[in-house]
Amino acid sequence: MAKPHNDRAWFLVLPVVALVAFSALIPVMTVVNYSVQDTFGNNQFFWNGTAWFQELLDPSTDLGGRFFDALWRTLLFSGLCLLIEIPLGIAVALTLPRQGWGVAVSLVVLALPLLIPWNVVGTIWQVFGRGDIGLLGAGLQALGINYNYAQNAFDAWATVVAMDVWHWTSLVVLLCYAGLRAIPDAYYQAAKIDGAGAWAIFRAIQLPKMQRVLTIAVLLRFMDSFMIYTEPFVVTGGGPGNATTFLSIDLVKIALGQFDLGKAAAMSIVYNLIILTVCWIFFATTTRGQSEAAQ
Amino acid sequence: MSVALEGLGLSAAGQVVLHPVTLELAGGLPNVLLGPTGAGKTTLLRLLAGLDRPSEGRLLAEGRDVTGLDVRKRSVAMVYQQFINYPAFTVFENIAAPLRVARLGRAEIEARVQDAARLLRLTPYLARKPLELSGGQQQRTAIARALVKRAPLVLMDEPLANLDYKLREELREELPKLFAESGSVFVYATTEPAEALLLGGRVATLSEGRVTQSGRAGEVFRRPADLATARVFSDPPLNEAPARIEAGRLALATGEALPVPVGGLQDGPCTVGIRAHQLSLEPLPGAVALPAVVRVSEVTGSESYVHLDVGPLPWVVLAPGVRRPEPGEAATVWLDPQRCLVFGADGRLAAVSALAEAA
Amino acid sequence: MARIGFERLAQRYPGSPHYALRPMDMVWEDAGAYALLGPSGCGKTTLLNIVSGLLRPTEGRVHFDGQDVTALPTERRNVAQVFQFPVVYDTMTVRENLAFPLRNRGSSAREANTRVEHVAGLLGLGAMLDRRARNLGADEKQKISLGRGLVRGDVAAILFDEPLTVIDPHLKWELRSRLKELHRQVPVTMIYVTHDQTEALTFADRVVVMSEGEVVQVGTPEALFDRPAHSFVGHFIGSPGMNFLACAVHGREAMLPGGQRIALPRAYAPLPGRVELGIRPEFATLAREGLPVALTRVEDLGRRRIARVELDGQPFAATLPEGMAVPAEPCLALDAAGMLVYADGRLAEGEA
Repeated sequence: MAKPHNDRAWFLVLPVVALVAFSALIPVMTVVNYSVQDTFGNNQFFWNGTAWFQELLDPSTDLGGRFFDALWRTLLFSGLCLLIEIPLGIAVALTLPRQGWGVAVSLVVLALPLLIPWNVVGTIWQVFGRGDIGLLGAGLQALGINYNYAQNAFDAWATVVAMDVWHWTSLVVLLCYAGLRAIPDAYYQAAKIDGAGAWAIFRAIQLPKMQRVLTIAVLLRFMDSFMIYTEPFVVTGGGPGNATTFLSIDLVKIALGQFDLGKAAAMSIVYNLIILTVCWIFFATTTRGQSEAAQ
Repeated sequence: MSVALEGLGLSAAGQVVLHPVTLELAGGLPNVLLGPTGAGKTTLLRLLAGLDRPSEGRLLAEGRDVTGLDVRKRSVAMVYQQFINYPAFTVFENIAAPLRVARLGRAEIEARVQDAARLLRLTPYLARKPLELSGGQQQRTAIARALVKRAPLVLMDEPLANLDYKLREELREELPKLFAESGSVFVYATTEPAEALLLGGRVATLSEGRVTQSGRAGEVFRRPADLATARVFSDPPLNEAPARIEAGRLALATGEALPVPVGGLQDGPCTVGIRAHQLSLEPLPGAVALPAVVRVSEVTGSESYVHLDVGPLPWVVLAPGVRRPEPGEAATVWLDPQRCLVFGADGRLAAVSALAEAA
Repeated sequence: MARIGFERLAQRYPGSPHYALRPMDMVWEDAGAYALLGPSGCGKTTLLNIVSGLLRPTEGRVHFDGQDVTALPTERRNVAQVFQFPVVYDTMTVRENLAFPLRNRGSSAREANTRVEHVAGLLGLGAMLDRRARNLGADEKQKISLGRGLVRGDVAAILFDEPLTVIDPHLKWELRSRLKELHRQVPVTMIYVTHDQTEALTFADRVVVMSEGEVVQVGTPEALFDRPAHSFVGHFIGSPGMNFLACAVHGREAMLPGGQRIALPRAYAPLPGRVELGIRPEFATLAREGLPVALTRVEDLGRRRIARVELDGQPFAATLPEGMAVPAEPCLALDAAGMLVYADGRLAEGEA
């Protein structure tokens, strides 16, 4: 029996190739192009070599200082998000029902925040946290807590972190839940027979079996939080002062606010490289551990 | 239909996964690949299917070179150890699936599916879903789907491993009839020597990525070309004893002389192999008595597998009747020189005694 | 160690009109080696889960040493279980795996270690105690599962749920005989669930054969082989299973539908229902004289040959003696010692 086989099927891939070229390759090349040039407007560009990069990576310069401040801020933000979302996600996943009608209900409820667009999330929290009309802001005020994300740096941080946790913990929960569901019943039965309590079961079975999905969860959440822009921009606009000016926000300020295309381009390349490097290191170390284990 | 492998081999990352194999596969009788897990059976099947490209050698189908041909251009069918069916389809639709892909006519599909179902005794279940069937019926559905394509090459990777013992027995009896009726070439991988014998076709034994021997199952079983083959093709495991040839005479390392004709063999170390059913716990004429200590005895109802330590050697004797000697009890194992296999220092079969070849 | 008793035990799953396990009374003697043998879906795993406490029976009671444990959860029953697929704790070493049940029950590290070393010695795991469990082979992992049961000094019973499923044939022999040796050294009740008759018969002192939620026979391997109480047992035990020939029995004689007469070793009173003559292939040989048969196929099993024949149109398996060529006009010689008569599937008692 002959199966239809046609090499012209490769042409079907062409639109995707064109799309990737158009959406990724060409813009990237443009950015690289800008990063080695300077402009005084009027569409006149001058060769500038690696000057932007040198300035950027030197903390004593204006640009460099600003860059490193934003970088530490962003790293702190990502760290806080991971530190809260991963354990919280695991904890929630562990308490979800394993069967019955509750499964569908909890999964739908959990998926809801994931379906809301970024700017809407920002707007929701901006209103939610307002001292005059927002439920959170007014509630805290009523409790006597002087909460104001527009003026107090700590409050601003708390708000953007809480917002990210609210928006994205569900993703971690769903991933962990999938990992937990994949554990065969025999493991739980064996643990019961071995007299293991909930904590021992978690340490000996659930956590090791979730390792793969947790790798993915950490990776996704790191990349997303490290690149966060819309939500904090809508809520705090990077303020008060520069308290919540993350790399992405700073980048837009330089590029669009000051129209320093060369600096912004250099910065975005470095920004990109940082993300790639961190992800690669993370991925390489965790997968190497796993492939060693598999042998 | 015939398939020929000419020095087909696979290396990956500087390691040999499968040593070059030269083998003729023909229709009518099954071609069994026998070997333990990790011996290279699945690798060989994947090469035959075209899922992997060999790093050397050629694969010929009807004399035509198909080595580099993409799997989609070949016509092969595969049956896996896991029962793979479409859960949402009825048994009929499951069997018909490859024919629908090939856009055959309604009447043709109906006729072919009914044919395959009759052959595999699935006719009463055609309207059911796979999950409503027993494991044996599910696997028969998967086999029917492989047959209905009338692919010239059907590859089966331990198809009965996940079935109940009795069902396995039943299918082992049915499958050879199926193989004989169909014109296709069947390649059947298994870890079980008994299965290789029962299917009654040709067998290729694999050990550590190497095809060690091929031939009619009964012949390979009785005349294993080397020690590796004898080990793979023994269940219970082959009993082995180190021995020496000096001046044309064979003696066990423990000193007992074994009057086995070893003419033409060089002096030096060798290995004597003997299968469990060829040993005896009763005196046999001409047999050598070896002192042993009983470890444990397993009774099957009509026979007993008595595990003993013959000096440092762990041996198994299959004795008729029910025997329950106490562990630690002394016993005598009678080794008939007429039933031994002798392997030279290089592992090759050096001598096979007259009765070792008898059933 | 414990004697396990079932009292009118039965299991019915919600919504199902049929019993998954029909009501039964049974006793598992202390330190016995039992096998639960039957095809998939016969209820053997259900029964095992009731003993271990993973499943609470819908009817009846379970006793351990006379004490009612029906309502006790698994962790309070002192049973251990080895599953079909090896369960090891991936991140732990072999030593930590073996110590896990002890540590969970509050043993000190030193106490646990002494037990672990002892059990590892019994199982031949001594040399690999400090290796990671997940890097080991399936057979070694199964030993670890077993070891986690043995390590507890108070274990009442060890349950095996088809433990050799994923083990290669060569290693099966090693593991099975070690299990049997182990039972000699550590007298603890062992219940071994399997569909594989060889495993059941070789492991157990007493085999419990189940079919469709019912225990059809309990007996020693030789009793199941020599005198199957039910035609199901005759068919299920033995490879190939027992031959059954539809016939009519009058006194000491069986008559096949085609008119052939076979002399029986015992005399039978008139039997009700469907009557069959049961005879194992081991008691039937192909010969030059006897009942004429048509040969369909010879199976070469290496150590013996089975002749598939038709006797009066009924399929029949017989032994082809060593060295014998297939006769031109094959006949069947039946050994009277192996002849049994079944009425409606049940063994009929004859008079000598």
